[in-house]
Amino acid sequence: MSEFLLEIEHLRKAFGALVATDDVTLAIRKGETHALIGPNGAGKTTLVGQLTGELKPDAGRIVFDGRDITELSTARRARLGLARSFQITSIFDSFTAEGNVALAVQATERHSFRFWQPAERIARLRRPARKLIADVGLSPLGNLIASKMSHGQHRQLELGMALATHPIMLLLDEPMAGLGIEESRAMSKLLASLKRQYTILLIEHDMDAVFSLADRISVLVGGRIVASGTADEIRNHPGVRVAYLGEEDDAGDFRADG
Amino acid sequence: MPRIGAKMTFLRRRDALLFVLLAVAIALPPYCGTYYTRFATQIAIYGMAALSVDLLLGYGGLITFGQAALFGVGAYAAGMLTVYGLTDALVTWPLAVLVSMLFALAIGALSLRTRGFQFIMVTLAFAQMVYYFAQSLRNWGGDDGFTLPQRDSLGLISLGDHTTFYYVVLALLVLIVLLANRIVRSEFGMVIRGIRDNERRAAAVGFPPYPYKLAIFVIAGGIAGLAGALMANHAKFVSPATMSWQLSGELLAMVILGSANSLIGSIVGAAFFLAFRDVLSDFTEHWMLFFGPLLVARVLLVKDGIWGMLVRATGADKVGAPRVDFPEALEHAADSKPGAAK
Repeated sequence: MSEFLLEIEHLRKAFGALVATDDVTLAIRKGETHALIGPNGAGKTTLVGQLTGELKPDAGRIVFDGRDITELSTARRARLGLARSFQITSIFDSFTAEGNVALAVQATERHSFRFWQPAERIARLRRPARKLIADVGLSPLGNLIASKMSHGQHRQLELGMALATHPIMLLLDEPMAGLGIEESRAMSKLLASLKRQYTILLIEHDMDAVFSLADRISVLVGGRIVASGTADEIRNHPGVRVAYLGEEDDAGDFRADG
Repeated sequence: MPRIGAKMTFLRRRDALLFVLLAVAIALPPYCGTYYTRFATQIAIYGMAALSVDLLLGYGGLITFGQAALFGVGAYAAGMLTVYGLTDALVTWPLAVLVSMLFALAIGALSLRTRGFQFIMVTLAFAQMVYYFAQSLRNWGGDDGFTLPQRDSLGLISLGDHTTFYYVVLALLVLIVLLANRIVRSEFGMVIRGIRDNERRAAAVGFPPYPYKLAIFVIAGGIAGLAGALMANHAKFVSPATMSWQLSGELLAMVILGSANSLIGSIVGAAFFLAFRDVLSDFTEHWMLFFGPLLVARVLLVKDGIWGMLVRATGADKVGAPRVDFPEALEHAADSKPGAAK
């Protein structure tokens, strides 16, 4: 078995003349937290879409855990242990917080063609759901309808749902998006606690979080991986600074303490 | 005592309201004569068909404009079997349900590959195909349909008497409500609701949406088929009109009027719709002229339909919102599991 959990090989996806994913090759080691950064429009979301199976690549292949998943459906990939959280909050609005996670727990069963027993009384779903709600810091809110929760709580809930599916790899699409400073710090702490337990591909704009969490960082610009390496290597990579931040003075952020 | 607490939760006002409605339905026939007994039978039958639409619309988020076709298939199947001399309801009705489910399987398998507006149009198109097919059955009266020599009998019980038939229909309706209530709260039901709320998320956690949607479509088709079989027996007459797109639309109107995502609401909606039509059509054949604005007012002014209004009038909890029924009971069940001690 290879040392890599996720291998992306020569992936390509074009929308008309726009090549959103341009010959991307990337391998992520087992247990590694790998961050994918890049300016807006770099093709991060398109790449995530292909990893989750919502978009079909034009060429190339994706190998997960030694298995070619390029042609598999989203649901099949999830069942193999590739869990994701969404950039834009994506939850079951009419369910309670705990119900959201319980449904995700339920997704790990072989099938859900069980028509009789009320789901809310099935302890093997509700117990782990309650525990996960606590793990992501939502304990007192388990019975709150999800649509009534705050944005920050939604981000935590998303993570809880991803964890509920017994994943081996987490695909986190901007988990910090829209969070306040305090909430970001809490989320960062939460993610740090997940590091090593899971292989993580982290797509994130918050550079503090990226540099503190990631073992390795890849930079995506114009659909291409322009650099890949450790935090230090990326920080000092001259091409990255130019390509990613242009000549702007906020390049200073990049060298910041991290 | 937790037992008493659980009991109090169970006997919420919403349930009390349900018991009152059921008691009225049971007590009705002796007081109201044949005409209204027949009318109540009709309400129960259309209520059952509307409930099948609610399963799709309210729980599955699937707006079908072809449920009348499955209702009609059930009616035709039951009617044909009766004409052929198979008059035991215990045989013909289940067969009618089965045939409707097979039609639902075929229609659903194709139409569920589309979404949203396309799905509405595709279900309508299939329903029209079934409609014209029924119309082309020359041996079965074509456009005029055909009459049944008699109602089926339930074992040894004759259903010729309107009151007896009414009670059988009512019993079946109660059974269907209990069954559907079980289904929508089961693990399967949760997947269906999850897909309704957010299909993309459902797929992302690992539920392939298609087979679950197809299953609820087939279940709803079977319920519509049973309602159709009952209608064939009720009227002793079957015609392509039972499959018309107007009926599909009326079923949707009943659900929306009553309250989607509540099961009972669709039956209340059916009662309201039929009563409204019955009363108004005495005055004018353009009764839709009055019904239309009513439906618009319902959508614009009342968040959760007539059933929702009724329940709120009793001060009970909100309709349709998912609720944890026995949080404390659940706690106990979970904690009393072996090895659960912390």
